Amino acid sequence: MSMNAAITGVGMSDIGRKTGRPAMLHLVEAAKRALDSAGLTRADIDGICTYPGKADNSPGMSPLGTGEVRNALGLKTRWHGAIPDGPSQMAPIMVAAMAVATGQARHVLCFRALTESSSQTAAQRASIPGSGRARLGGWYSYLVPANAMSASNWAGWMATRYFHEFGMTREHLGMVATGQRAFARHNPASVMQAPLTMEDYLDARMISSPLGLFDCDVPIDGACVVIVSAADAAKDCARAPLTIEAMGAALESQETWDQRADLTTMGAHDACADLWSRTDMKPTDIDVLALYDGFSIFVPYWLEAFGFCGHGEAKDFIAEGHIGPGGRYPVNTGGGQLSGGRLHGFGLLHEACTQLWGEGGGRQVKDAKAAVCGMGGGFIAGSMLIRRD
Amino acid sequence: MRPLPELTPENTAFWTGGAQGDLLIARCDDCNHAIHPPQLVCPKCWGTAVKSRAVPGTGTVYSFTVNHQPWAPGMAVPFALAVVDLDEAPGVRITAEVVNAPPETVHIGQRMRAVFHAVDDIWFPQWEPVQ
Repeated sequence: MSMNAAITGVGMSDIGRKTGRPAMLHLVEAAKRALDSAGLTRADIDGICTYPGKADNSPGMSPLGTGEVRNALGLKTRWHGAIPDGPSQMAPIMVAAMAVATGQARHVLCFRALTESSSQTAAQRASIPGSGRARLGGWYSYLVPANAMSASNWAGWMATRYFHEFGMTREHLGMVATGQRAFARHNPASVMQAPLTMEDYLDARMISSPLGLFDCDVPIDGACVVIVSAADAAKDCARAPLTIEAMGAALESQETWDQRADLTTMGAHDACADLWSRTDMKPTDIDVLALYDGFSIFVPYWLEAFGFCGHGEAKDFIAEGHIGPGGRYPVNTGGGQLSGGRLHGFGLLHEACTQLWGEGGGRQVKDAKAAVCGMGGGFIAGSMLIRRD
Repeated sequence: MRPLPELTPENTAFWTGGAQGDLLIARCDDCNHAIHPPQLVCPKCWGTAVKSRAVPGTGTVYSFTVNHQPWAPGMAVPFALAVVDLDEAPGVRITAEVVNAPPETVHIGQRMRAVFHAVDDIWFPQWEPVQ
């Protein structure tokens, strides 16, 4: 049932906060590392894809488009494109998989580059859509002008409703944050390395209730590259191909953060149901979980969306220790975005691939053969299942 | 200073109805479906006879958050944002700032009514608890 597409290489730049380093230098570093990882050369790359494309809707959000990266790297391609309006930050990887599966390209370089840390100021916050503009259009024009400026507000009211319906508390989200930090301490690439205790978590300042500082991911400067190859071309690469078993991009509600009838679910639930309808594999076949954690509350939503536990059961699932170090369903083993930095999902997928190749060092999950990745929050969602044969 | 929405054929009634004290919600004349965010076409029946009609401007808090972080210079914090299920517009929620109440008193199930805050040509709905 799998797609004729596989991930063959990943690479991440040296990410950091306030690096002052041009995005293109991050990108080139990530691209070189991804090619080395795949055992490919520049001449092998015949496709390029990104999310969202060059965009200045918030500072440092997406300084590089497909065109300028294509130019800078001197690529000759048979497929190129940027996907700003697709199913999450995963969209370019999905499109790349469709491109190689349909013979449009053999090896597609998918990238995500951000300089949010260096670009933001008090007046021009990273991740505030439309920051600095006089008039806004689009879906966020009903939120940002109403002073619901930050995604932490939007995730905050999701969390408030979820807490109300299911009795989740801040301590449950604290277990997500501290568990991921425990993983991050074994990941030298993670931007947050200091130990994080539950006390630290609970004492940190509130951002948008019930979400506090450590419920929010860390803006960084960096780039990540994922190479997607046709199944037959993947066999010649340096590492075992990670076959894309299935992906899901269904969305049944409007593209808003407040109109979905049940805000204790989100787009992820539609995307994951779609994914499982396309494979015979089951949640119990999964060894490694890469779940979007722009805010900690998204982790329980993704756990339920993928069916690792039932609706409303994530708080117990988390409290029972299933998702942290040593758990049966380890989530965001590289520290996630909460500790590792916000690479918009690409970093999470990078880590899942690292695990499936057995290269996770002190955080390696034993005999990891299959991973799920979910990117996005609110209405934004894309899901993928990858496996090593 | 908060950014303002761009006025369009779809949203002008919603953002300016407050000048007359009305919360105007787009409604399909053919099938009566309430449409929010407003559209020129009814997503339910694809009819284009979409008109904006006043609703009572009351509703019930579905969820909320209290924002503590000043996201823009001069933003006074904390304040509550409430996501409110509107009366007489099934399926429509309006998210807005809560005024005339301490943020820590906002709760799910609370009854609210819309008041308006004018900035230039925009009349922002805001939620005020029904006493």
